[in-house]
Amino acid sequence: MTTRIFGSGIRRREDPRLITGRASYTDDIKLPGMVHAAILRSPYAHATITSIDTSEAAGQPGVIAVYTGEDTDGVLNGLPCAWLIPNSDLKTPDHPAIAKDKVRYVGDAVAVVVAESRYQAEDALEFISVEYEPHDAVLNPKEATQDGAPQLHDDVPNNVAFTWAVAGGDAEAAFADADVTVSDTITLQRLIANPMEPRSAIAQWVSQTGDLTLWSTSQNPHIARFLTSVVTGVGEHKIRVIAPEVGGGFGSKIPFYADEAIAAFCSMQLGVPVKWTETRSENYLITTQGRDHIEEVEMAATSDGKITGLRTTVYAGLGAYLSTASPGVPTILHGLMYSGSYDIPNISGTVYGVFNNGTPVDAYRGAGRPEATMLIERLVDLMAAKLGMDAVEFRRMNLIPKFENGHDVATGLTYDSGDYHATLDICLNAADYSALREKQAKLREQGRYMGIGVSTYVEICGLGPSQVAGAVGFQGGLWESAIVRFHPTGKVNVMVGSSPHGQGEETTFAQIVAHEVGVDVDDVEIIHGDTDLTPMGWGTYGSRTTAVSGAAVTLATRKIKEKSKALAAHLLEAAAEDIEYEDGKFFVRGSPDQAKTIQDIALMANVAWDMPEGMEPGLEASAFYDPPNFTYPFGAHLAVVEVDPATGEIDLQKYYAVDDCGPQINPMIVEGQVHGGVVQGVGPALWEGVVYDDDGQLLTGTMLDYALPRADGFPDIHVQSNVTPSPHHPLGLKGVGEAGTIASTPTVYNAVMDALRPLGVTRIDMPFTPEKVWRAINSAQNGA
Amino acid sequence: MEGALACRFIVDKIAASDTLRLNGGAGHGRPDRQFTGRCNVKVPVEITINGKSYSGEVEARQLLVHFIREEVGLTGTKVGCDTSQCGSCTVKLDGAATKACTVLTVQASGSEVTTIEGLADGSDLHPLQEAFWNKHGLQCGFCTPGMIIAADELLRKNPSPSRSEIRHGLEGNICRCTGYQNIVLAVEDAARSMGGA
Ligand code: FES
Ligand code: FES
Repeated sequence: MTTRIFGSGIRRREDPRLITGRASYTDDIKLPGMVHAAILRSPYAHATITSIDTSEAAGQPGVIAVYTGEDTDGVLNGLPCAWLIPNSDLKTPDHPAIAKDKVRYVGDAVAVVVAESRYQAEDALEFISVEYEPHDAVLNPKEATQDGAPQLHDDVPNNVAFTWAVAGGDAEAAFADADVTVSDTITLQRLIANPMEPRSAIAQWVSQTGDLTLWSTSQNPHIARFLTSVVTGVGEHKIRVIAPEVGGGFGSKIPFYADEAIAAFCSMQLGVPVKWTETRSENYLITTQGRDHIEEVEMAATSDGKITGLRTTVYAGLGAYLSTASPGVPTILHGLMYSGSYDIPNISGTVYGVFNNGTPVDAYRGAGRPEATMLIERLVDLMAAKLGMDAVEFRRMNLIPKFENGHDVATGLTYDSGDYHATLDICLNAADYSALREKQAKLREQGRYMGIGVSTYVEICGLGPSQVAGAVGFQGGLWESAIVRFHPTGKVNVMVGSSPHGQGEETTFAQIVAHEVGVDVDDVEIIHGDTDLTPMGWGTYGSRTTAVSGAAVTLATRKIKEKSKALAAHLLEAAAEDIEYEDGKFFVRGSPDQAKTIQDIALMANVAWDMPEGMEPGLEASAFYDPPNFTYPFGAHLAVVEVDPATGEIDLQKYYAVDDCGPQINPMIVEGQVHGGVVQGVGPALWEGVVYDDDGQLLTGTMLDYALPRADGFPDIHVQSNVTPSPHHPLGLKGVGEAGTIASTPTVYNAVMDALRPLGVTRIDMPFTPEKVWRAINSAQNGA
Repeated sequence: MEGALACRFIVDKIAASDTLRLNGGAGHGRPDRQFTGRCNVKVPVEITINGKSYSGEVEARQLLVHFIREEVGLTGTKVGCDTSQCGSCTVKLDGAATKACTVLTVQASGSEVTTIEGLADGSDLHPLQEAFWNKHGLQCGFCTPGMIIAADELLRKNPSPSRSEIRHGLEGNICRCTGYQNIVLAVEDAARSMGGA
């Protein structure tokens, strides 16, 4: 091969169908005889249902059926939580798909109408009359734990779903002996993931065969099949889950929701395909949200600038019920990351998982790690300021030095490899940090408030070793599998269990196969997202697909190569040890002109006319990859902002991202992931946040009220990278999907606080809207 | 007039005698449903989409985006929101980029609509499609049809926009995947190949 396919930013093969409008997302699918479901949702955040009357709705035009919790009770099992973290006294209250007695958040399903058209189904909802006896609601996760707070579940006193602790070293002693300590309370507001494609499901039950097919906007169709089986009672072997084109997920399409279960129920009752698609406003009410942390945190250090300890108490809102993975997010994916990129010998943290009357909270891009990075990077800035040190200098003094094969941190993790100083240096050079500080000083003299924010990060990715998954209560494995199948013509299909939905693995996995065995990249087609067509896999989330599923593709392709070598030896009448491989050709050492190409081998293996003794026909291999450790991508970001003290407006002027995700299969795709991640992380720093009123009504209930990042809010993002391979991964890969989101929130947060420091502002809750900034400046000035 | 309002206004006029129910919307616990409004009046329409004429009877309240997707079966045009914020549904209506969720089918009767499916010239991609592909201007692709049509409008009005003009020109279209940067580069690239810039 002339061009090197691994590491090349080739165009994506996903794109032609997407740019021409030919891709088929779930809501684009129309089945013969398909009918439509619309779900009536609780208008109260907390209430007892005293009566439901559906008779008038049932008589509306086009209405086929109306069901309530009475109908699903005993037919559908409750929605399971699949991450039962141990040693935490975890409570798992019942979560019925349709509420029967009590509703616990605005959006809880109360009834479903099935009608011939969606308009008719939505119309008929208006004719269901429900009487409620409302109760007080509680949203703030700390207040929810106080005595006297409204109780969501009878068997969960003080709404505490779990209490989880992490400890390493002796934090008490570190704080007792500290020269300097700093503390802060950080609120990470609830966020709405907002994939552009709303969630949708089509269920098709065929009673004659007992087959249930579910088209679903899922990030993990195999998990969805498993949970569909648990909830409906249909055998897993009779369920097919298809995640067709999926329009983004960012974590919110991991969980198994009531809505899929309800669609399946309706189809099983009626024997026709049933489609349900949420509206955007419905998405805001029911699709899992992210973050909702109140973090009380403190750091200890020596007077010469060495961090000695970190202590946290975190109240993590979970919403009204446990979602599929929610207990693992603020604990395993959060608390274990408290060391960040730094050597912190003594750490202790407590996390309270708290039920509150909001939408269930689960993984959202970064999932636990942005919440950890935020508190570390904030404390680092506060400590540097208190010590009178430059924030970057202080970081340099505490970053973990370069390591290539394992570094233990106090929380018990072993990071795989890292060169944190290198990414920080590249970032500072790109931004010309010292020039920025000089400029800042000059502008301050003119009464202008420029801020420079820096954040480093390290994230736990490549989830993960299944044995560890089991040990931390994840009710599944975290391995991936792949089947690589060569056809007689030398063309290749690869079936993977993971389910990318925008990340481009149809392209990068083909690049892996091309790289490993020398076929043309266009001769490889990747198949995913259909449980009937693909081998088992645990899904696409946590930046794991390229790392874990990509490793399975690599190993399966290497098996193909081994078999090809053996067959080539037979065909060339040579010993296997004498066969050499280069660029898709197998030949006897010294005679490259007598080579068998991989295409020759594919043909001969498939026709099987002349196989060596004992070799099976065909050229197909499968591999199961269970990672020996997690991967730990890392990096350093820098932002420059200017705050207008008269209006509180923030101008994000420059952004530099330097990430190390190991070797890059396709740098163009990696860069795209960083761009998208950065913008998603800047959102909550500057604009985004869920707002509920005291009664638990969602005030940010539409895209009109919830401020998403738009194109005009950003300068060009400067992206660079460094490469530190993972020592334990077959290709050294680490993963990059969440990197930008993890780093950019604290980077911009720190930049704004840096700008406001001369004005005496010490604390503002995100998002930094002009009004909040203006008020903070004014009260700091008036207080001074 | 703001899209959702415009549509309400027209539904109101058409269905003056019927009971039009305005929802409580956010804050009252009910999603602001784009499907409510009780009027089942059927109205004949004839619309040319991508050069082909479609006629039939539709409910007066039907949104153009639903006609395009459900009745005609052109599903490249997407529905990403119910308050006319996201731009996923953007089509060309008599040449001008329009959010198809802000227009009733009846309003579009007699008009010419171009959707993403009609943008390419046969098998030759439109320069914007080519540029989005070359510059990695899409990830999940859900915003892409609307984004490309909006970009087309932008370039029609301003054949050689600056990056900041592109960013402002696309602020009515939300993308959650790309962080916009490669979209901006793609539009810039398309402008160049279309003879602007
Ligand atoms: S669907 Fe039309 S703007 Fe969102
Ligand atoms: S590419 Fe996914 S929303 Fe734009």
